[in-house]
Amino acid sequence: MKLKGWKDVKPGAVVTEAGSALKFKTGSWRAFKPKWIEENCIQCMFCWIYCPDMAVKAKDGKRAEFDYDYCKGCGICALECPGKKGNKAIVMEEEGK
Amino acid sequence: MPKIVAVTGNEAVAEAFRQVNPDVCAAYPITPSTDLMQRFASFVNNGKVKTEIILVESEHSAMSACIGASAAGGRVITATSSQGLALMWEELFIASGTRLPIVLGLVNRALSAPLNIHGDHSDGMGARDCGWIQLWSENAQEAYDNTIQAFRIAEHMDIRLPAMTCMDGFIISHSIERMEYLDDEVVKNFAGEFRTVNPLLDIEHPVSYGPLILPDYYMEFRRAHAEVMSKVPEVVLSVAKDFEKISGRKYSLFETYRLEDAEIAFVILNSAAGTSKDVIDEFRNKGVKAGLLKPRLYRPFPYEEVGEALKHLKAVCVLDRADAFGASYGPLYIDIAASLYPYKEKPTLINKIYGLGGRDYLPEHAELVLNELAEVAKTGRVKTFKEYIGVRE
Ligand code: SF4
Ligand code: SF4
Repeated sequence: MKLKGWKDVKPGAVVTEAGSALKFKTGSWRAFKPKWIEENCIQCMFCWIYCPDMAVKAKDGKRAEFDYDYCKGCGICALECPGKKGNKAIVMEEEGK
Repeated sequence: MPKIVAVTGNEAVAEAFRQVNPDVCAAYPITPSTDLMQRFASFVNNGKVKTEIILVESEHSAMSACIGASAAGGRVITATSSQGLALMWEELFIASGTRLPIVLGLVNRALSAPLNIHGDHSDGMGARDCGWIQLWSENAQEAYDNTIQAFRIAEHMDIRLPAMTCMDGFIISHSIERMEYLDDEVVKNFAGEFRTVNPLLDIEHPVSYGPLILPDYYMEFRRAHAEVMSKVPEVVLSVAKDFEKISGRKYSLFETYRLEDAEIAFVILNSAAGTSKDVIDEFRNKGVKAGLLKPRLYRPFPYEEVGEALKHLKAVCVLDRADAFGASYGPLYIDIAASLYPYKEKPTLINKIYGLGGRDYLPEHAELVLNELAEVAKTGRVKTFKEYIGVRE
């Protein structure tokens, strides 16, 4: 994409296009990656609520896969996940391993 | 019909704010601007304005609330002094970078430490490069007039930048002077309806303020800001022209006093210009060709126009009511030096630091400076380029 020159940038950097954060993929910031272990999942949807981005997806009212394009690897979902019988349904793994 | 009144500078600016009737005001009290906001708060309480006043716990919060209200789509004001402006500093950049036309009444006061509540220009000078427009005022009349004009300048569709109007703490803010108030209707029509740009409250057109701009775009935004700043002088002049029509009072980018045929001159801001003009008259009577230049639009600084106005002089003294520790010279001096730099033939330039922390600037100080300038003009020799006046050895 061709970058705009200074004469074409929006005054005050105001973003006038709703939902344009979708275009800004922030997943590359991640150092740790959450991994979903479906068999330990009790479908409480805590991860979906707590994720500060929208990187936990839901489908038909159920927990779906992570959206790694936007997941920054903060680990909040893993921390909040109650899992099943003491076994977490989300674990954090180092990126690139 | 304009009304002739005897009021303080704070009263005058509060009256201008009342007449403009802004939507939102967020402020935190600090001497010597407390009294300005106290007066405005009584207008709010007595139903004289429809302004929503937000009481906050600090000046940082005051400016944050102003930014939010302005982004929401309101006409917004505040006032502060000294440490209050210093505490706003971080937010000042956010207001200007976001292009929010907030109007701030700055009642100039010294900065701590040591703690001092009196008038000097350290606060305004500390914020001179934060992307705001600065208009400086000699007396209550100018403070009132500049405040009214500030709305039109800041809110101009080519500009949309915040503006602060400056007047000297206590010397002007708390002294009673004769001045003229314009009629409410006249001011209301002059300021006009506030026009919004991308208001947050327009939920039909959702917008986001304050995005993260990385190295790929940050410099373009800064360059664009500089460009907008360069358009300010033209707008200031056209607003001044309109203001003259309603008030009969003439304003420009700066004021010159007996400068055209002068050989020596002062460059000085705000209230001390008045004292200097009196002494210039005395010296003129003795046959000394003295004059004065008093900046009004200090940011953006009209370098070319100032350079043109001063280039013919033999010797000029820039008087700074703020020091610039370690920068060698006072802030105003540095700007004047820059505006004269392109000329081959230019006056010898000296710098005096005066009046810090409310120290009196007396006619004898002006006399000493003029005598020294006359000597410099004659001999071309300078003893010291920067000196402090009115200080005990
Ligand atoms: S690691 Fe953080 S960003 Fe990624 S899915 Fe979990 S909560 Fe969301
Ligand atoms: S928090 Fe854990 S258990 Fe709950 S839905 Fe998410 S992954 Fe499943």
